[in-house]
Amino acid sequence: MDQVNVNQPLDYKKKNNLKKAPSIWRDAFHRFLKNKYAILGLVILTFMFLFSFVGPYFSPYLDAKIDVSKGNQPPSAEHWLGTDNLGRDVLLRLMLAGRISLTIGIAATLIIVLIGGMLGSIAGYYGGWLDVIIMRLADIIYAMPGLPILIMLGAIMSDLKIPPPQRIYYVMFILGFISWVGLARLIRSQILSLKEQEFMLATEVLGLRDSKKIIKHLFPNVLPTVIVSATLGVAGAILSESALSFLGLGVIPPTPSWGYMLSAANNMIDFAKRPWLWIPPGVAIMLTVVAINFIGDALRDAFDPRQKI
Amino acid sequence: MTQFIIRRLLQSIPTLIGASIIIFLIFAMAPGDYVTSQLQNPKMTEERAAQLRALYGLDKPLPQRYISWASGVLKGDLGDSLLFKKPVVRVINDFIWNSFILGVAIMFFEWLIASIIGIYSAIRQYSVFDTIATLLVFILYSLPSFFLGLVMLKVFAVDLKWFPLGGMITTGSNYTGWAHIVDVSKHMVLPVATLTLISVGGLSRYFRANMLEVIKQDYIRTARAKGLKERTVIFKHALRNALLPLITLFTLELPSLFAGAMITERIFNWPGIGKVVLEGIYIRDYPLFLGYTMLITVLTILANILADVLYGVADPRVRLK
Repeated sequence: MDQVNVNQPLDYKKKNNLKKAPSIWRDAFHRFLKNKYAILGLVILTFMFLFSFVGPYFSPYLDAKIDVSKGNQPPSAEHWLGTDNLGRDVLLRLMLAGRISLTIGIAATLIIVLIGGMLGSIAGYYGGWLDVIIMRLADIIYAMPGLPILIMLGAIMSDLKIPPPQRIYYVMFILGFISWVGLARLIRSQILSLKEQEFMLATEVLGLRDSKKIIKHLFPNVLPTVIVSATLGVAGAILSESALSFLGLGVIPPTPSWGYMLSAANNMIDFAKRPWLWIPPGVAIMLTVVAINFIGDALRDAFDPRQKI
Repeated sequence: MTQFIIRRLLQSIPTLIGASIIIFLIFAMAPGDYVTSQLQNPKMTEERAAQLRALYGLDKPLPQRYISWASGVLKGDLGDSLLFKKPVVRVINDFIWNSFILGVAIMFFEWLIASIIGIYSAIRQYSVFDTIATLLVFILYSLPSFFLGLVMLKVFAVDLKWFPLGGMITTGSNYTGWAHIVDVSKHMVLPVATLTLISVGGLSRYFRANMLEVIKQDYIRTARAKGLKERTVIFKHALRNALLPLITLFTLELPSLFAGAMITERIFNWPGIGKVVLEGIYIRDYPLFLGYTMLITVLTILANILADVLYGVADPRVRLK
């Protein structure tokens, strides 16, 4: 029989004091793996990443010079997806564009998580006037139409003559700036309800520092929400970037993105006669976004089996 | 209730002012104005440019420009569109109704199809229909609208020639009466189909989730136990309750009736407000863009209030305070 020695204080730091309870993470992981769509999504997404980041090294055209005489060829054995008007291999461009689109999608989401997570937790945890100000700002941004603002900011980038490589960073920040509201509201409401629970009272009694309370006790409880939101956010960011670049206001040449490649369809002849220029990037966007949505949806089910949308 | 509405309206004033300031600042960030974009014109001298700037009030400091713009907006004066050379209010009025026709048709089909798919998926959960519908729904809401639009245009207009390539009426025709309606409808098919397909996915998921939630409730079991027909149980007892949360969704969608779909309208060359505003941005017609953005912002805020009110009306369990 265990005897508790009252004179000896409990050692909180010693990990083996308590038998580890089956964590919600392991549970969620098992549920996730049982989801067929999730596995399909993972497979597709892994493929898209390998295709974009490793694929170009297998292309014989990586160092090819622009050769207009080979321009606008339909798909063939040498050029699986044909060539564009400058004689560049469309398959290779599709891979390189994938790097940009995937990177922007992920980076924009990280910015959303950073801004939304921080503002949401501050508003929820501290309340008071900070809460009022942050949530007012969220209301304001929520009321503004996303696409027009995105387009306007894209047009301003063009006016400021921002060089193409830097535009990529601006696009990430713009996407982050206009889409953090949803996550901030979600995190705020979760923290508001978590704050009222007993384990938070316990941290109060133990006299923990604010930073420790937030990072060690609140944050792990909010993390599932953040992960699900962020996953689905990557899909949204990729779609927004593609729309902006399709209009010629996002990423511009020489660095292509999938959206920019699709803008080939703005040319009537390319649109009607050379579908190999714009159908592959569209399919690439669709596959990537479907895969991410599969994964995000499965994660939501895995973390919270009750809530099924 | 009246008190609630009044308070919500008053509360939305600071939001509106905040939004207008941010939107105005974004536009003020732009280095070029309409006058600069016209400087390539050889007839445009520096003097003339300065004159034009003074005329449009572009030479004043920022806060002053904001106040004069905002007081104009309050009087219903959104300035002059530089693309159309007439008041923005009139330009919006000229084109918004074309978007409205498209929007109403899309909303009708979206809700019709989504409700059928959603309800049927819910009452036959995990059936073959449900599995296929779920997969299709995922694919549909993962498609960029412009890509689906382009594919539709390529297949049904360019290759099969079933539908016109774009626009609202056949060029050079002057049909009247019934023939005009048929002509416009033909032009509507592809844009409506594109936007309906894109939006039907998410909505049918909501229908499904809400129905599944309601079907589990005790009162549904009671209804079945009373020996009611399954049809009555589903449509009278379950559906009505499942529709409650969808009222909010429906109301929040109302502004989109007037907003138009910028990219899709452009692809199908539909003369709606979205296409016009998008074309305006390429020649830096900021007054038009600014007016349009503000209009949508106001509509969004109003729709939010309406959503709360309607939800309170429909569900007596919710008390509006």
